[in-house]
Amino acid sequence: MAERPLTGDIRPGEGPPRLTEYERRGGYAALKKALKQMDPAGVAEEVKRSGLRGRGGAGFPTGAKWSFVPMGTDAPEPKYLVANGDEMEPGTFKDRYLLEGNPHQLIEGMIIAAFAIQASVAFIFIREEYREACAALTRALAEAFAAGYLGGNILGSGFNLDMKLHVSAGRYMCGEETGLINALEGRRAVPRWKPPYPQTAGLWGKPTVVNNIETLCCVPHIVLKGAEYFKGLSRTGEGGTKLYGVSGKVKNPGCWELPMGTSIREILEEHAGGMMGGFKLKGLLPGGASTDFLLEEHLDVNMDFESVAKAGSRMGTGTIIVLDDRTCPVGFIHNLQKFFSRESCGWCTPCREGLAWVEKTLAAIEEGRGTREDIGILEFHVRLLAPGRTFCALAPGAMEPLGSGLKFFRDDFDRHISAPSCPWR
Amino acid sequence: MLEEIEMREIDEDRARCHNTRAGMIEALKIVQRRRGWISDDVLYELSAHLGVPPGELDSVATFYNLIFRKPVGRHRILICDSVTCWVMGEEDLKRRLSEKLGIAPGETTRDGRFTLVPNACLGVCDRAPAIMIDDDLHTGLTPAQLDAILGRYE
Repeated sequence: MAERPLTGDIRPGEGPPRLTEYERRGGYAALKKALKQMDPAGVAEEVKRSGLRGRGGAGFPTGAKWSFVPMGTDAPEPKYLVANGDEMEPGTFKDRYLLEGNPHQLIEGMIIAAFAIQASVAFIFIREEYREACAALTRALAEAFAAGYLGGNILGSGFNLDMKLHVSAGRYMCGEETGLINALEGRRAVPRWKPPYPQTAGLWGKPTVVNNIETLCCVPHIVLKGAEYFKGLSRTGEGGTKLYGVSGKVKNPGCWELPMGTSIREILEEHAGGMMGGFKLKGLLPGGASTDFLLEEHLDVNMDFESVAKAGSRMGTGTIIVLDDRTCPVGFIHNLQKFFSRESCGWCTPCREGLAWVEKTLAAIEEGRGTREDIGILEFHVRLLAPGRTFCALAPGAMEPLGSGLKFFRDDFDRHISAPSCPWR
Repeated sequence: MLEEIEMREIDEDRARCHNTRAGMIEALKIVQRRRGWISDDVLYELSAHLGVPPGELDSVATFYNLIFRKPVGRHRILICDSVTCWVMGEEDLKRRLSEKLGIAPGETTRDGRFTLVPNACLGVCDRAPAIMIDDDLHTGLTPAQLDAILGRYE
């Protein structure tokens, strides 16, 4: 059985380990090692060497992200670390598992990350619907403060860190790091122009690092057991394990920690148990709603950032959404675009107006009111809302399943237009 | 009128925040927790208490999905209408809920018991379809189960 450093201590149904239990299983040993035997640069270097890439969807190398933070005595104060737990990407349910299952692991990872960038204030940003996670974190934070892992002069090291839980009022845009920063400042969660990047000018204009929950949960294991250990967990060039998930018409939907680079076939067939009886695989989104479709011919692709990109999609959050043959692909894509259109923050015109037009056009096609010209309108939007044409990645992300869907399921779109209504209904 | 206990809770949270503005969202949530929604009167009072213009407070209140600027029922039903739940039967669930409650999504029952709100992915896609009533998740639902579940919320 492969090692599962992030989830090995999670016992579904039993509640998360309390502080003493977490310590008994080796918890906070990585923090002690970081604070007593390493310096901030050493921690950052270890994370850089581990090959850890951000698990929120973009896959940006974590060590590189940290390296842009100004260090030294004349660096701006205070600096901030933010854990992004605004898990709202449709089809994604992996951070929930870590938050509910082992909150101290996140807190430990955050303290070490904050030490590496010398942040003195940290925020955990959680969506309001994650009630159980909020309760688990509130309790774990109180335990960590009481035990001296948080607060002033942590473990006698002279390092200080305050940590707060921010429960969001709900909006997909909060998952975008600059939108999240605006939300923390009490503003509408619209994106900010980059540059400057948050690492130099983020929360209240101070250096800020925003990392995903799963990313931060990797940090204690890298520090405790080393970069080589972490790299060795993977089957490919990208370090670590990965939380993969599968949802849709499969026999055993769920979330599993597996070696980075496990093939889509293995995840789908061995872990998710294959398709439910009577259903065939038509396509899949490899990592949430804002990734390109892949087909049966891609099942042997390894799930890591580079391999999935080579296959023409993105690994994204690593949680696969299955499209089966008895579900209408146009309806499926319409559902995705309805989500994106509704969650668009309205800040930039192409996204605000374009996604609404896309959604209405798809609704018309799905309801049998579509025309040949509508396909052209959809294709126009795929080009119009390409990366670089909008303020943030929301609309370009929305275009990934649309553009690839038009390519792979074009016959199904055409059938909707020639038939009086959706052939699946 | 803002109550003493609400103002105290808001001020305590503000003291933990870095500035007044950052406490705005939490202040809205504190008030909403007791009242269910943010009325115009409450918005004005809150803006005076926080020292921010009412327009700015309203721009924040109207941005977030879970801040309500219209009256809501005693129980808030969030129905996940994102892609996996849709594949797994969300439309039947929503239809049954609407029929049973006699309201469309976004509306409140006449007796003030339930408000039905479509919601983005609840993050339980492995147990789809899902709804959330108040703080409780209900997963893997079929329309037939709804009667018994709704009966638990008076």
